[in-house]
Amino acid sequence: MARYLRYLVPLLLFVLLAGLLYRGLSLDPKIVPSPLIGKPMPSFTLTRLDDPGATISDADLRGKVSVLNVWATWCTSCRAEHEVLLEFARASKVAIYGLNYKDNRADAQRWLRQLGNPYIANAFDADGRTGIDWGVYGAPETFIMDRDGIIRHKHIGPLTSQVLATEILPLIAKLETPE
Amino acid sequence: MIHRIITALALGLLLCCATLQAGVTLESFKFATEQEEQHFKSLIEQLRCLVCQNQSLADSDAELAHDLRAEVYGMMQEGQSDEQIVEFLVDRYGDFVLYNPPVKPSTWLIWFGPFVLLLIAAMLLFRSLRRQQQAPQHDISEAERQRLEKALRDGNPGEGPQS
Repeated sequence: MARYLRYLVPLLLFVLLAGLLYRGLSLDPKIVPSPLIGKPMPSFTLTRLDDPGATISDADLRGKVSVLNVWATWCTSCRAEHEVLLEFARASKVAIYGLNYKDNRADAQRWLRQLGNPYIANAFDADGRTGIDWGVYGAPETFIMDRDGIIRHKHIGPLTSQVLATEILPLIAKLETPE
Repeated sequence: MIHRIITALALGLLLCCATLQAGVTLESFKFATEQEEQHFKSLIEQLRCLVCQNQSLADSDAELAHDLRAEVYGMMQEGQSDEQIVEFLVDRYGDFVLYNPPVKPSTWLIWFGPFVLLLIAAMLLFRSLRRQQQAPQHDISEAERQRLEKALRDGNPGEGPQS
C-alpha cells in the first residue's frame, strides 16, 4: 500500500497542478468580475447625446428589462461591435440604451448617423463620472438589468454574434418571461 | 576631456528622465501640507489600476487612472477617510483594486495555503527523520562483517558479491 502511495501522491499532485494551469490558460486576466452583479443599478442623471437640453436618468431604464452599452468613438473595438449591436436591435425588442463614455458629442452623433443607431437613447457621460459609478474600466462594456433595475449580467469587451446568440438573447428571454 | 563630456551628457540624460517620470504620474494636485501629499501618494500606491493591471494608481498613465486619482483626491479634500475611499472603489471595481486582499472564505487558500503546505512538509520531514532513527543500525550479516574485516586487514577486496 505504502509502495503505491509513493507513486500515487506525486501523480495526483501533478494532475491537480496541470488541471489548475489548464484552467488558467482559458481565463482572461483582463476580465475583472464586477461587484455590481445582483445589485441595483447606480443612479445617474445625464444629458441626452442627441439633445444637450434634455436629460436621461436611471429611472428611464427601470420597470423593464434593459441593456446599457458603454461605448465611445475613440474605442476601436466599439466599431467592431457596432454591427452586432445593430443585429441585436433587429433580433430583440429589448430597450438598448447607450452610455457614450468620455467622448466628443459631435463625433458621437456623426458615428450614429453614419453607422446606424441601435439605441433607444444615449446618455452623454463627458467626464466619465457615471462610468466610474458603474465600474467601467474600458469600453465596450454591456450591462443587462431586470425589471427591478437589478444588474443581472455584465459583458466586458465587444459583443459578438456568438455571445449575443448564446448568452445575451437567452438571458433577456429568461428575464422577460413573467414569473 | 571627452570622458568628462560623456559623463556630463549621461548625467543630463538621467536628470531629464527623472523629471519626465515625475511629470507623467503627478497631476497638479494642490495639497495644504507636505504630510497630506505623502498620505495621498501612499494611498494611491496601495490601489491597483484596472487598465494596466500590474501598475498601481500612482504609476499608471491610463486615462482611467487619471480619473480615479482625481476622484481619490476629491474625496480626500472632502475629508473622507481612507476606509471610505477604499470602500468607494471596492464597491465599484471589486477587491481587484486592492493589492492587499481581505481575508474571507474565497481568499483563505491564498492566505493560509502556504502555511498548510509548510505544516505538511514539516510533518513529512518529522516522519522520515523518525523512521531513520528507528531503522536497525547493523544491517550487514555476520558473514559480510567477517569478509569486511578480512579485507581491511589484508588490503585485499576478496571475492565479489555472490550473485
